[in-house]
Amino acid sequence: MSHEPDLLHSDTQEALRAAVRALLADRAGHPVVLGRIETGDPYPPGLWPALAGDIGAAGLLVPEELGGQGAGHRETAVVLEELGRAVTPAPYLTGAVVATETLLALAGDGGPAAGLLAELAAGERTAVLAAPLTTAPRGADALFAVPAEAPVRGVADAVAADVLLVPRPDGLYAVPAVEAAVTPLSPLDLTRPLAAVDARGAAGTRLAGAAGARAAVRRGLLAGAGLLASEQLGLAEWCLEETVRHARERHQFNRPVGSFQALKHRMARLWLDVVGARAAARAAADALAAGAADAELTVAVAQAYCSGVAVRAAEECVQLHGGIGMTWEHPAHLALKRAKADQLALGSAGHHQDVVADLADLPAPA
Amino acid sequence: MTDAADLRARVRDLLAAHPPATTGRTDFLRARFDAGLAWVHHPAGLGGLDAPRSLQAAVDAGLAAAGAPDNDPGRIGIGLGMAAPTLLAHGSDEVRARFLKPLWTGEEVWCQLFSEPGAGSDLAALGTRAVRDAATGDWIVDGQKVWTSSAHTARWAILLARTDPDLPKHRGITYFVCDMTDPGVEVRPLRQLTGEAEFNEVFLTGVRIPDAHRLGAVGDGWRVARTTLMNERVSIGGARIPREGGMIGRAAAVWRDRPELRTHALHRRLLDLWVDSEVARLTGERLRQQLAAGEPGPEGSAMKLGFARLHQAVSGLEVELLADDGLLYGDWTMTRPERVDFTGRDAGYRYLRAKGNSIEGGTSEVLLNIVAERVLGLPPEPRDDKDVPWKDLAR
Repeated sequence: MSHEPDLLHSDTQEALRAAVRALLADRAGHPVVLGRIETGDPYPPGLWPALAGDIGAAGLLVPEELGGQGAGHRETAVVLEELGRAVTPAPYLTGAVVATETLLALAGDGGPAAGLLAELAAGERTAVLAAPLTTAPRGADALFAVPAEAPVRGVADAVAADVLLVPRPDGLYAVPAVEAAVTPLSPLDLTRPLAAVDARGAAGTRLAGAAGARAAVRRGLLAGAGLLASEQLGLAEWCLEETVRHARERHQFNRPVGSFQALKHRMARLWLDVVGARAAARAAADALAAGAADAELTVAVAQAYCSGVAVRAAEECVQLHGGIGMTWEHPAHLALKRAKADQLALGSAGHHQDVVADLADLPAPA
Repeated sequence: MTDAADLRARVRDLLAAHPPATTGRTDFLRARFDAGLAWVHHPAGLGGLDAPRSLQAAVDAGLAAAGAPDNDPGRIGIGLGMAAPTLLAHGSDEVRARFLKPLWTGEEVWCQLFSEPGAGSDLAALGTRAVRDAATGDWIVDGQKVWTSSAHTARWAILLARTDPDLPKHRGITYFVCDMTDPGVEVRPLRQLTGEAEFNEVFLTGVRIPDAHRLGAVGDGWRVARTTLMNERVSIGGARIPREGGMIGRAAAVWRDRPELRTHALHRRLLDLWVDSEVARLTGERLRQQLAAGEPGPEGSAMKLGFARLHQAVSGLEVELLADDGLLYGDWTMTRPERVDFTGRDAGYRYLRAKGNSIEGGTSEVLLNIVAERVLGLPPEPRDDKDVPWKDLAR
């Protein structure tokens, strides 16, 4: 009855990781990202076609008969680990996970969802869900009740999208981005642009009716929350590695600062947290891939745990780098801002704890 | 190489020749050892078949399913987890043939004479002396050991003693097998804060050990001890647990059964710890999968550190959750238990006993140093004791 999770990385997944890491090192190193984040267009030029198209990362979740790579969540998670490590601006979590998984739920009927899905999987077009980045999986239903007069605030990667998936009370609509008003906001995390989206003036194409659309968006957000844990894992791993590297090289008081026990213990504790995050993130990806009965609980555990680990890792990275960690020049702040924003994305840790309380039968006081 | 199918056949043969229903417990265990099904990874004749260690679990499960008795590992943990790997790695043929079988069957209980009042985290500073008797070649041992579990039931002990005080501390130590029935061995219970005496103090006065019971070369005891201590951490941190296994299951059950005790503050802490416990469980599961795939990671060090913190936090929460009942304590009677039960008894006991989890088997502070230096590659703290003769060290 209970699903036996596979928590390891396969050789194929490690090969995928190596390809993505090499691409990011070539096209999207920290100097490139730092040089673009204040332009309003942080996405490294040429990266998306190479990542989505050449490597095929945009279609990992999509079966081959629907135009994708026929891989799955475990492989997609590896890509997110790498994007987290490099704090890469790319509409991957939003487009290739949340929007793609939403369309996957609707593509079985053929029709416009299947056509759009194939274009997303090939990296030819990009779509994002017109919902605040903070929307948790259990918040899907509320999206469809949004009063029609309000623009949607805090839509991530909307500025990079060709198509917006717009929840309306009678279903989910595909709206060409050029027909909507997309107003960029000034985000805490400059590597994941946010915008206010007003799609009221555009008709769009209806992809699904009321009930099917709600379930599809819930599924898309659940996959997003579960795989966000892998982005947080990758980010935390990078922070720990950079901090250890710095602590070995930096000398004060005629010693490497990493030889002081006060600092060593902090890094060792962080390593323990990262070890836990790796297990939790792998479990979430595996549960999604297997369609496990306890997938929602496993995702909630991963989010409740990994979002805090990523923030702690980034905060330790800044502190243990000393003065250099406070500068704009050093990439630590990219990780800190991404980690802090990720803490709110797709449901806060507290929200996911509430889901655990519900699913594990640990109810709040009456 | 022996494979899973061979082992299944050997399990069938053992059960056919020695039906558990009609065979005495010790007779069955001896036959199991002789069949090579005790430790399948051991050499033939020493309880094994040179098979991969990963096949042991299937053997254990197959025998348990047939109603076969086990060797009660909770009672002989020191022997199984620490003495046996060391005897196998460093014992002479005679030593291995003499000791491993009764160790595994539980006919002879083992204990460990390592820690001393003046040598805890800095174990290599130990001062128990072993002096060679020129006439017989035997070693004469004098000193005091502490925190010795099972000393009062043990037949044998693994012992570290200083054989050359003029060398730096790591180099003058030798590793022995000590006869606990020697008239110079005195065992006194050491009562701990839970009220019971799970451990002992052991006083050694003129204890005689034949040179044949030395493991490894004279002065090489520290290296031999590393085999033992590596296995201690595996045996403490490696137990498999289901979701809500261990302490969190007890606290969760109280939460479900006693709604009148629930508060918002305790709810948040319970959920924090439930998530942490589930992540610790998954970390252990991942470690097991790595071991099975032949790629052991350093995560083993994480397990003991994580469980120590969790046990302490969860048991503390449970005492608070129980409110009026949390003020009670089951039994302060001084007893000498043969086994430790971290998750048993009442919440107050678990809270107090868990305090030892971050001390026994390496303090959490020392383990964090080990993680920092061996896993992360951080530089060691400067040390001024490594090249000083032991006799000149401050103590």
